[in-house]
Amino acid sequence: MMPGRRFLLLLGAVAAGSVLSLQSHRINPYFLDVAVTVAINVILAVSLNLINGYTGQFSLGHAGFMAIGAYIAASTTMFWAPGLLPAASSPGFIGMAVFPAALLAGGLAAGLAGILVGAPSLRLKGDYLAIVTLGFGEIIRVIFRNLESVGGALGLNGIPACTNLFWTISMAALTIYAVTSMVHSTYGRGFTAVQDDEIAAEAIGINTTRYKITAFVVGAFFAGIAGGLYGHFKLSIDPRGFDFMKSIEIALMVILGGMGNTVGVIIAAILLTLLPELLRPVAEYRMMLYSFLLILLMLTCPQGLFQPRFFRRLLSPFLRGSAAPAEDPPRPA
Amino acid sequence: MNAPASPLLELRGCTIRFGGLTAVSGLDLAVGERELLGLIGPNGAGKTTVFNLITGVYRPAAGNIRFAGSSLAGLRPCQIASLGIARTFQNIRLFPSMTVFDNVRVAFHLHLLSGIAHALWRGRTFRAEEESIESRVMEMLEIFRLGRHRGAAAHSLPYGDQRRLEIVRALATRPRLLLLDEPAAGMNPSEKSELMRLIRFVQERYRIAVLLVEHDMHVVRGVCQRLVVLDYGVKLAEGVPEDVLRHPKVVAAYLGEQNTPRRAPAAPAES
Ligand SMILES: Nc1ncnc2c1ncn2[C@@H]1O[C@H](COP(=O)(O)OP(=O)(O)O)[C@@H](O)[C@H]1O
Ligand SMILES: [Mg+2]
Repeated sequence: MMPGRRFLLLLGAVAAGSVLSLQSHRINPYFLDVAVTVAINVILAVSLNLINGYTGQFSLGHAGFMAIGAYIAASTTMFWAPGLLPAASSPGFIGMAVFPAALLAGGLAAGLAGILVGAPSLRLKGDYLAIVTLGFGEIIRVIFRNLESVGGALGLNGIPACTNLFWTISMAALTIYAVTSMVHSTYGRGFTAVQDDEIAAEAIGINTTRYKITAFVVGAFFAGIAGGLYGHFKLSIDPRGFDFMKSIEIALMVILGGMGNTVGVIIAAILLTLLPELLRPVAEYRMMLYSFLLILLMLTCPQGLFQPRFFRRLLSPFLRGSAAPAEDPPRPA
Repeated sequence: MNAPASPLLELRGCTIRFGGLTAVSGLDLAVGERELLGLIGPNGAGKTTVFNLITGVYRPAAGNIRFAGSSLAGLRPCQIASLGIARTFQNIRLFPSMTVFDNVRVAFHLHLLSGIAHALWRGRTFRAEEESIESRVMEMLEIFRLGRHRGAAAHSLPYGDQRRLEIVRALATRPRLLLLDEPAAGMNPSEKSELMRLIRFVQERYRIAVLLVEHDMHVVRGVCQRLVVLDYGVKLAEGVPEDVLRHPKVVAAYLGEQNTPRRAPAAPAES
């Protein structure tokens, strides 16, 4: 079997990641940090977009999945793998062999939790689902806070520094590849069908339950991988890093990117990660300005930043006369 | 003409209540293989509810429904669709944000050989299947004169085209029975006669049975081989259109309708 063109693009991104990673000693450490953070946020936003944007299940539990991935992956590299293979605890072996397995374990554990968190979506919609998933995320966080074996409220310290540009760029590319490949297929249009009209979707034979759970599981899997990368990048994790503000931050990237628009969501993830960095010079006003800009963006383009309509609206004050963008004809009742 | 001997779809003693209201009461209904059956009755008679019972949206409180020899009891709507029952809705239900093309394409997923793993790997099998679906979708869109709209968002289509697209989407699931809920509603006379041609064409070309709910008696007469009349959830009459429409009980039911806000049979359907 020959892989498709997208698959070759994925391989290209992985190759670029390894080249950058090998040359990373030449890159300013600050930029390196920012680049890794951007890539992790891209993974989180693109995977949440499958749940929120394409399938229309408004979930605010993404930080919970991230937490599961972070704790499971860190436990793998710190405790489980050295326990199983005492001989193989050299940093090189952990970085090259144990770490990918740890990421995978974190992703799978988060995916499993995705089944649980996705289950309410079979009955609840909109705001109610958002509240329930937010609650799930908090429950996961509280569980970790009370697990003494992973450091309780203090969290885990001394996680091996396995995350590098190679792994983050590869995983971001893999996430984008997986989500877009799924969605851009006859099978994958079912996600959007579920979002558009569940009754009509069922009527043409779409198993809405299976689609929703699949979206949650796949989305959670990649959030778990992002969590594993995050832990092995920050080298210490504690439950506070995965609170609902993190979920909201990721949801904002999806909303600003334009729900169900992967390119827009990637750009939004990059911008929203860079924005606080760019605002560093204004020191104490930084977060205030950041919040203000967010509110402004939400007010001016609730449909998402990266839609042709947005640019038309931005330009409309300057193109007097043709002020409002042409709306689609109203749907007949 | 009587009910078919070995029907494709058979309802026996189906009853459903909403609170104190018995919307459908002890209904027996049979649709033969490749039959064009009309289900008529005044507004609120329970016609749409019958569709919802058949497609598994509601469960009957009593009675059973069999399709192609097996019982539909306890099946989900998506399972019933996969057995070969497709429908349209009285208030059009397209996937509004998706393109015309994708509205039809997604309905092909029932017969997909490739699943999520193929979509991820995108190998030759996957691409071959996607290409064949693409050409079949385009063929259907051309047949139903929607080809030039293929890239448009479904919600931006004119009303008549939306109705037609909904029928095409239903056909793309390759049904053996097609349920049409007031397809002529909101159409002008020329659209209506085109719709009549379309229904007859669909039944012949795809060799399927059609159960048609329709208020426009001209359309009903022009399309249906047999009629079942429903009033207050009860079957009033059944038979060939000429007889049924002259049946005293049927005339009375529709006359009664003229004195109440219900709709008259011969009047052009509003909305
Ligand atoms: N989900 C429901 N809940 C309560 N009442 C309903 C529901 N669906 C239908 N009904 C009632 O059942 C009766 C039959 O409705 P319907 O099947 O839509 O009639 P028709 O399609 O023949 O115009 C009406 O009185 C309607 O109000
Ligand atoms: Mg009705």
